[in-house]
Amino acid sequence: MIRINCPYCGERDHSEFSYGGDATINYPSLDASEKEWTEAIFFRKNIKGFQFETWHHSNGCRMWLVVERSTVTHEIKSVKPCHPDLQKVVKNNK
Amino acid sequence: MKTRRIDNYGKINRDKILSFRWDKKNYKGFEGDTLASALLANNIGIVGRSFKYHRPRGIFSSGVEESGALVTIGSKDRRDPNVRATTQELYNGLEASGQNAFPNVNFDLAGINNYLGRFFAAGFYYKTFMGIPPLEWGKGTAIWMFFEKFIRKAAGMGSASGLPDPDTYEHAHDFCDLIVVGSGPAGVAAAIEAAEKKLDVILVEQDSLIGGNQLAENDFDNSQIKNQLENLGIKIMTRTTAFGLYDNCVVGLLERVTDHILAPNVNIPRQRFWTIRAKHIIVGAGAIERHIAFNNNDIPGVMTVNASKHYLNRYGVLTGKRIVIATNNDSVYETAHQLSEAGANVTVLDSRTNFEIETNKSFEIRKGYVPYNINGSKKIDSLDISKSETINKSETIDCDQVLLSGGWSPAVHLLSHRGVKPKWDYNNACFLPSDTKENITMVGSSRGLWNKNDCIASGIAGTTDALNRLGISKTNYFFPKPGGWKNPIQPLYEVKYKKSRSKSFVDFQHDVTTDDVRLAHREGFISVEHLKRYTTLGMANDQGKMGNIIGLSLMAELLNKEIPEVGTTVFRPPYTPVSIGALSGRNVGKHFRPLRVTPMHQWNIDHGAKMIEVGLYQRPWYYPKENETLSDSYIREASTVRKTVGICDVTSLGKIAIQGPGSTEFLDRIYSNGFSKLQVGKARYGIMLRDDGIVMDDGTSWRLAENEYFMTTSTGEAAKVMSWLEELLQTRWTDLNVNVTSVSEQWAGVSVAGPKSREVLNNCVDDSLVITNNKLPFMGVTSTFLKGNIPCRIARISFSGELAFEVYVKSDFANTMMDLLWENAKKYDGCLYGLEALGALRVEKGHVTAAELDGRVTIDDAGLSKMASTKKSYIGSAMRKRGVLKNDDREILVGFFPTNLKETFNAGTIVCEKNNIKGQGIGRITSVTYSPELGHWIGIGFVKGGLDKWKDTTLVGADPVRNKQMNLKVVSPHMIDPKGERMYA
Repeated sequence: MIRINCPYCGERDHSEFSYGGDATINYPSLDASEKEWTEAIFFRKNIKGFQFETWHHSNGCRMWLVVERSTVTHEIKSVKPCHPDLQKVVKNNK
Repeated sequence: MKTRRIDNYGKINRDKILSFRWDKKNYKGFEGDTLASALLANNIGIVGRSFKYHRPRGIFSSGVEESGALVTIGSKDRRDPNVRATTQELYNGLEASGQNAFPNVNFDLAGINNYLGRFFAAGFYYKTFMGIPPLEWGKGTAIWMFFEKFIRKAAGMGSASGLPDPDTYEHAHDFCDLIVVGSGPAGVAAAIEAAEKKLDVILVEQDSLIGGNQLAENDFDNSQIKNQLENLGIKIMTRTTAFGLYDNCVVGLLERVTDHILAPNVNIPRQRFWTIRAKHIIVGAGAIERHIAFNNNDIPGVMTVNASKHYLNRYGVLTGKRIVIATNNDSVYETAHQLSEAGANVTVLDSRTNFEIETNKSFEIRKGYVPYNINGSKKIDSLDISKSETINKSETIDCDQVLLSGGWSPAVHLLSHRGVKPKWDYNNACFLPSDTKENITMVGSSRGLWNKNDCIASGIAGTTDALNRLGISKTNYFFPKPGGWKNPIQPLYEVKYKKSRSKSFVDFQHDVTTDDVRLAHREGFISVEHLKRYTTLGMANDQGKMGNIIGLSLMAELLNKEIPEVGTTVFRPPYTPVSIGALSGRNVGKHFRPLRVTPMHQWNIDHGAKMIEVGLYQRPWYYPKENETLSDSYIREASTVRKTVGICDVTSLGKIAIQGPGSTEFLDRIYSNGFSKLQVGKARYGIMLRDDGIVMDDGTSWRLAENEYFMTTSTGEAAKVMSWLEELLQTRWTDLNVNVTSVSEQWAGVSVAGPKSREVLNNCVDDSLVITNNKLPFMGVTSTFLKGNIPCRIARISFSGELAFEVYVKSDFANTMMDLLWENAKKYDGCLYGLEALGALRVEKGHVTAAELDGRVTIDDAGLSKMASTKKSYIGSAMRKRGVLKNDDREILVGFFPTNLKETFNAGTIVCEKNNIKGQGIGRITSVTYSPELGHWIGIGFVKGGLDKWKDTTLVGADPVRNKQMNLKVVSPHMIDPKGERMYA
């Protein structure tokens, strides 16, 4: 079972979380072209190793997190809030 | 019948006699017995029949690796098939029976299969019944499907009771620093070392007693060890199997709480399914002794050497009088000595010629001999032996038991669950665990250590390893080298029988013989994974614990390779079977999933509602009067709404509070239609698209104040929409100052619909002026009070197409609101209406719900193009016209009438052109109802090209599932009051 160390709640089972998706996508602006949106929505790397992905602590604090997880071993290297302002706060708190 | 129990041996409690029934006869055993030891003591040799050949099966082992003595325990709804007699503790009143035999295991009619053996080789059924030339009797699969049920019946093991499980099961969780699996010398040493170093330790033992294989020693007493462990604060869990290892040091345990009790307290669960989250895992799971394949090596009376030692020293049962032990290693000599001391006549056949062993000469050792063939059918009469150098029958030994030891296989299963491949050790002829980066350490004989002192040393080293990895210490340690016998083992897996048609078993339970392995090789199934699936080797209850290595060695020989080149199959959880009941725990029956009810749930039931599940929610379905059926009721309810007024609980809709200065901008981005110009005090229907341009959900948002909105979503998509809004705000639009809060549980909602709805509300609100047509026009919103000073929000929203209001109060006021509204609605001959009438009303109006918005439909498909703003960009706007989404022939929302208005149809009907009724047709009907207003059945759905293309053409509704077909007329989905005059009234 994957255990995720939520920066707000502490270490919890993955069953408390919902998987989001690739955390490295820069979504284009709403008025961007169909091509740009197609790239953002449909094209994904199939990474073997560590990748950044979003998880939602849906049965917990409801925060969206960036999890750095190995797709091979499920090892988790880092967990931080998605929101950049919150990243700063959580960092400062530590 | 003479007993095999002998005095002065065993750890059983001879003062406590237990009665049990085996195949409908009464027997006695002692406290501390397993069913297997009690059967052996009572001289019962045959306990089952084999899977295919129906050959007699005896007891092969004394533990979880058992592949012969699979029996059925209990009766009626507590009947539990395929239980290993070797691990089933005996209790007073236990009922057990043999399996796969008729009329019984001693005389089984299907035993004839044994003589038809050549027909039952690997793959026989599939080859024959699935049809390969020249036996292709028609279409192969059809023949197979016909015969399959008979074949399945003839082959197989015990049968399930077929009754609901009367027992309860529990899920439990625990945390610890270190979990130690196995309580043999290594595990105990590790646990003690760790507890002394202040770690929080759980020690797990699958047996009822701690001690591991030491329980097979005659002078072993575990009471001191137990005290020591307990004094150190170690949590000892016996009768508990670590069945699987998972990510992050999570261990799955199955605790058998009451399987050793006849009539357990009903308040105690039968089994407990534990999830243990540890920081480190030490596995001292021991090793399993292998048998040797030779002709008739399955005759009852064949057993592993270690099992016989167990039966002697733990249960006081001498399993044979004239015993032949066949071995290739040193591990058997202590047992040979003890068996002869206990009164058996023992001969040891050792395949090795050149070795030294110290014995007291109480038994004969035949160096350089191997077993060749057993004579006998239901019991052993004698054993033909052969010289190991040239295999051929050399002489016959009179005996009643043959004990086998073909070497030992460390139990690497749990490590294998983590994807760690074991490595072959030539010196010890076994797979040894490899190292892993994860916090798992293997100790004891599961890392190939054969003597006790090495095991103890490895346990202490294992804990040091754990402490180092956890960063608690930095101490050097070393593990003893694998092995520990004085003389090297000589690999011996099979003694080949010279005559054709041998029955040398590799897997006893699944009747896989050495010939089957060779057949698989001949037919090209040479990969280990193919071999396994073709022959079913290792796929029985024991999962190949005894036979897998033999199968591998045979394939290696055939391929002219070494065993490690052939590979090993991956062991997956569970290590031993886990009952489905334990997996489901308490999530059964009405606890299968959570139940959501609205705050007026009881009020609805008290007022006659029949309920229906919508997602997790219980919603009123219909409110029948007297003898009304569902149709009578919803037709009456729907027409009452159109004529006077109706009240419907709509609390299950998702409700989200949206607050903050960026709220308007936020809504403008997530909805396809504009929200920037929505005035305070007005609501708007909106559609949300996904990133890819498909419709996600629809609902309304009410502007309560400049920067405050109240959003409703559909019942089914509420959770998804909430997560989506949070995702957007936390990941994409982090500069927007908006806060979203789910308030679904905080508000109770009701729809008051019908021409008399305003009059009803007039009587219910404190100030009736707030709901006049001027003050509260269509889509108007007001925050006001119901009588009794109840704060409420009212919006003039219509799903039914009538003049209608949605009224929301804090959940605590739900019942008061319902009483108030209902009391007044009755004055106008109003009704309570449920989901069925709600559906009828909205289908008449062509409003879409989840049945239409199924994740494939665009905003244009749903006929809602007007809702797609061209003045702004929003989520999905770039993608909604991409590729196929802009095709002309997309299926568009329309209404359907049956051409013959007396006909009915169902949702799911496929719409086809008249002369082309096939496949997916050109459309589908998604929702249907009887329309009280129109007086016939109507539907909405989709058809390629939409209304314009088909309005003058008769189409056909094909419903092959229900054997129905009808002509259809395509109409506008807005079937009633298309201009909306009623709702603006």
